[in-house]
Formats: sequence, structure tokens, C-alpha cells
Amino acid sequence: MEAAPLIELRNVRKTLGRTRVLDGVDLKIYRGEITAVIGKSGSGKSVLLKHIIGLFEPDAGEILIEGRSRAARSAPEKRALKRKFSYVFQDTALFDFLTVFENVALPLSERRNERPAEIARRVREKLRQLDLDDVEEKYPSQLSGGMKKRVALARALVTDPEIVLFDEPTTGLDPIRKNAVHSMILEYQQRYGFTGVVVSHEIPDIFFIAQRVAMIDEGRIRFEGTPEEIQRAADPEVRAFIEGLESPRDDLTGVDSHPIGQKRLLQEMIRLQRHEIPFSIVLLAVESRGGTERIGGHEAGQEVFKLFANHVTQNTYITDTCFRFDINKIMVLLPDTNRQQAMLFCRKISRSLEGHPLLDGPGGQAAFRFAVSAGIAQAAPGADLDDLVAAALEGVFVLYESHA
Amino acid sequence: MAEIVIFKQPIAGLGREAIAAVRYLGRIFLFFLRGFLLVFQPPFQFDKIRQQIYFIGMKSVFVICLTAGFTGMVLGLQGYYALVKYGSTSALGSAVALSLVREMGPVLTAIMVIARAGSAMAAEIGIMRISEQIDALKTMDIDPMRYLISPRIAAALVCFPLLTALFDVVGLYGGYLSGSVLLGVNPAFYFSRAQSSVEMADILGGFIKSLVFAVIVVGICCFQGYYTHTRAEFGAKGVSLSTTSAVVISCVLILVADYVLTTFLM
Repeated sequence: MEAAPLIELRNVRKTLGRTRVLDGVDLKIYRGEITAVIGKSGSGKSVLLKHIIGLFEPDAGEILIEGRSRAARSAPEKRALKRKFSYVFQDTALFDFLTVFENVALPLSERRNERPAEIARRVREKLRQLDLDDVEEKYPSQLSGGMKKRVALARALVTDPEIVLFDEPTTGLDPIRKNAVHSMILEYQQRYGFTGVVVSHEIPDIFFIAQRVAMIDEGRIRFEGTPEEIQRAADPEVRAFIEGLESPRDDLTGVDSHPIGQKRLLQEMIRLQRHEIPFSIVLLAVESRGGTERIGGHEAGQEVFKLFANHVTQNTYITDTCFRFDINKIMVLLPDTNRQQAMLFCRKISRSLEGHPLLDGPGGQAAFRFAVSAGIAQAAPGADLDDLVAAALEGVFVLYESHA
Repeated sequence: MAEIVIFKQPIAGLGREAIAAVRYLGRIFLFFLRGFLLVFQPPFQFDKIRQQIYFIGMKSVFVICLTAGFTGMVLGLQGYYALVKYGSTSALGSAVALSLVREMGPVLTAIMVIARAGSAMAAEIGIMRISEQIDALKTMDIDPMRYLISPRIAAALVCFPLLTALFDVVGLYGGYLSGSVLLGVNPAFYFSRAQSSVEMADILGGFIKSLVFAVIVVGICCFQGYYTHTRAEFGAKGVSLSTTSAVVISCVLILVADYVLTTFLM
């Protein structure tokens, strides 16, 4: 028995001009989850998002929020419902006649529930978290693209919404900033528990933060499921789309991408079963301790992750595979290696980190504060890949901690 | 049957155009009415109205003075050469004052404000529309009509009569400059005739005109900007077309309305 969805779209149809953009969309969005909506450009992702918030009315079908459609609500109920939502526009849609501070304050000051001093406090807090404190008197046109995105994010989050809709929040950002925005969304979501819907092109990065993925194609939902499910989907259309966007290398860290790693794991599993050649996996998770309540902390965190991944690759043999496993995890696949040997590999990594010019710094003066935890598992013949990963996750220990 | 079609077609076309025009004006009036009523919805948007008064009114003062000065001067000049033939140059004051208060003041003020503020309004709101800023307001539960349109309507209704009054006064002195200072009409005659010939009804008529013009200008300019996205052309092209049609339609309608109002006021 699954929980009732927070938002449910039933057979939603919409024609704009002469194009049928949505042609019977059925989609369920669950409370407290991040749902990613993926699909080709022009497949109606943004239109779908605008239907959820009520900027567009469907031609046919209905949109139920908490089990009731918008039309069935009275005017005060509609207003109350609207205040639970926030929307991050693709092109930021910042008000160009207002300063950054006024932009972020607007949703609060127009509600007039709070006194100006309280509003200013909340706005400043959000601006500080997104490292925008020194630009609050500037106008949006004076900011860079990445900064505008952050202002838009601040404006959306300042009202403590229950549901946040993101329309391509990372388009046009470099890999570090993109991953920082993703990890920020994830952290905010975990901290405040909002329900997120993210329209995105970032495959496979978006799979690291989403609990559910829906793929829209020709106005319909072609696939709906978990990120693992969509990556294993048999549907040729879904496969073609996902694989078309996947690059063999992860663009942040430069190590192999997740699907490549999954393929290597499968190959090793077959080698183990046929030829009884053992192999082990090491899961390395990087935790930045650089104050992740700020986006700057997140950006530094991505920088650390990148440096660390480079460092690990330098310490592996050519036969080993190193790939991005999660938003802050990389997995090292060590063929022909048992648990003890994998442990030695971990020790080697840990030892070599001491005195690393950037990560450890001369005389213990590290540029970044972070910790690495590791989990090791040796594959057993006949075992499932998921069990192997679970075993690695179970025995996690702290491998390294930078000097404070 | 064929000949009937030939006769019917242009008439049917004319009718269609007429109905479309009336519908269009009706939509603009409803748009204006909604914005106008939202002016009074508490809490009162005093700050935003003040900003718009500054933009529409204060920033137009210079250009209004300039046009009013030269309009008055040319009226003085033309009036003098027309009156001197009949030896009644002493009537120059009343000629200048009446044409300013009744016609030139309201009409030229409206046209100058269209050029300065009306086009800016259409372009500003149009850009907000195409860059999704109006949608963003909606997602924040802020009524864009109340937030964007109402302050402009309130400010226009305040500014138009005041700017018209300024135009009249400056124009009167412009006429004095060309008529008395340059051409030698007795200044005492000029001002006393101006004072005695202008009645309260003339001034009231001028104010009624300026208020109606305010409704036309702010209604059309805001409407054109607000519905930029419904045009066939998108983006910057759409905004430029909205601005152009805002200026052209409101200028034409000002002159049409001026004629209609004058008929009623006479």
C-alpha cells in the first residue's frame, strides 16, 4: 500500500497554438521526495511544471493537489495553496527594477504577515547562505549568470515552501557550480523536507539527487520510476535518450561515469562466476566540513571532491576502474583483489593524502576541511550487485580526516 | 447571387472590422476598470504610486514646459498676425488662453506623455511579460494587475490634470513672450483679456479632457505591454510592436476623443 501522492496529474492535455504539448500526462509526485522530469527539449517539461503551479490550466484532465483539484477550492483556499509553492524559472525571471535584496524580500513583503525587520533578517540569512551578501544592493543585470541563478534560488526558498518546482536550475553553469546547486538542493530538501520537482537535462547527475524520475516524450510520460529503474529500463526509446546524454566520463571529477562503472561491475561479476576470479569494491565518500550551510561551502566541497577523485585515480592501476557512484561518492573497482588487499589499497590512499599539497597542505594547513569514509566489500559468487554495494555501505569507517 | 456577394463582401468586412475595434476597446476598458478598482484594495500601495507619479509626472515637467513654451509662442505669433489685420491685437490674450485651456493644453500634454511615459510603460511591462517576471509574480501570489498596473493608473490620473495645468500656464507666458515682448502688444491688455475670457467651464472642460486622456493613455499602453505574449511575434519583436501600437493607437484615440468631447462640452 503506497502513500497517497501529494500531487497527481490525471490525463492532462494541453494545446498551445497548434501544437499539442501535453497529450494525456499521468504523473504522481510524492511528499518529501525529489522527482526529476527529464525529456528532450521541447517535449513539454516546462509546460508540465507550469500546470502544476497553476500558471497554465489544462484543456482536459485534472491536477489533484492533496487529493483535490484547484477548481474545487474556494478563493482563500487557492491562495493558501499557492503560498505552499515556489517556482524557480529557467531564465531566473528576476525583477530587473528591484535590487537583489528587494527581489528576495518581495514574496515576504507582499504577504505582509511579518514586520520589515523580521523580513530583512530572513532575507539576509538566505542571501548569506547563498553567498550573496555583498551584492544585495546590486540589480540583477549587474550579476553573472550563476549569481542570478542563486538569487532566484534564494527568492524561491525564502518563503520556506512545501513544494519547490525547479525549471532547469543548472542550465548554463559549469560542472562545479552545477554540482554545488545539486548538492544544495539535496541538502535543503533533507533539512526542510520540501517536495521537489526538477526539470533537468543533467543526466546522469540528476539521478544522484532524485528519488523518482519521470521521462516525458511526445506529450506523455514514457517512463516513471526510481533512478536505478530508469537506468535499467528496457524501453528502447528511454535507453536511447539516456545513453545519448550520458558521457563516458563524469564531467566534475573526470572519473568514469556511473553507467560505465555499472557495466564494469557486471563484467567483473561474470568473470567471478565463470573463472572464480575474486574482486572487491571500495566506496569512498567525501564529506566537506567547510560549512555547507553556504553555497560557497558546497562549491568548495565539489572542488575537494574533484581533487580527491583525481588523487584516487592517480593511485590506481590501469586495470582498476574508478567511477562516480553518487553525489559525493566514488567507487573503485579492484579486479583480482580480495578484502585484505582492498584494505591495503585504502591505507595507501589514506597515507598518500598526508602532505598532499592542496588537500592536506604544508604543515597541516589544509585549504579545505573534509573527511573521507570508506566501505569495502568483496564479491561473493552468485551474489547480487545490490547486495555487494549494501555490504560496502554497511561497513563504512572513517578513512581520513583533514587537520582542522 | 454573385452580384450580391460582391456588394456584401466589403460591407461584411467593414462590419467585422468595426466589431473587432469595439471589442478591443471594450477589453481595454475592462482591463482599465480592473486595475482602477484594485487601486483602492487595501493595503494602499502608496510607495509604488509615488514612484510612478515621479516617473510619469515629475520627469515630464521639463519636456512639457519646453513644448508649452513654444506652443504658446507660436500661438502668440499666429494670433498677432491674424488679429493685426482687424486692428484688434488687444484680443491676443483671450485667443491664446482659450486655445490653450480648451484644446492645446490637454491634447499636447497627452501626446507628450505618451511619447515620454506611455511608450516606456508598454515596453517595460512587455519585457516583464516576455521574461516571465509577470508569471513569477503570479507564482508568489502577487496579483500583477494590482502590483504593476494599478499604481500606474493612479499616477496617471493624478499627473495628467496637473501637467495640463502646467502646460496652460507656461503656454500663456510663451504667448506673452512672442506677443507682448517681441511684437509689442500691451501686456496689461494681454493678461486682462486672458483672465476675463477664460471661464470656469473652459478650465473644467480642459480637466475633464485631461482625465479622459489619462484613462486612454494608461489603459492602452499598459494593455499593450501586458498582453505582449498573445501576439504572433515573440520576444523583442513582440515588445517593439506592442510599444509602437501603444503609441500609435493612443495618439489616434486622443484626437478622436478630443473631437467627441469637444462636441459635448461646447
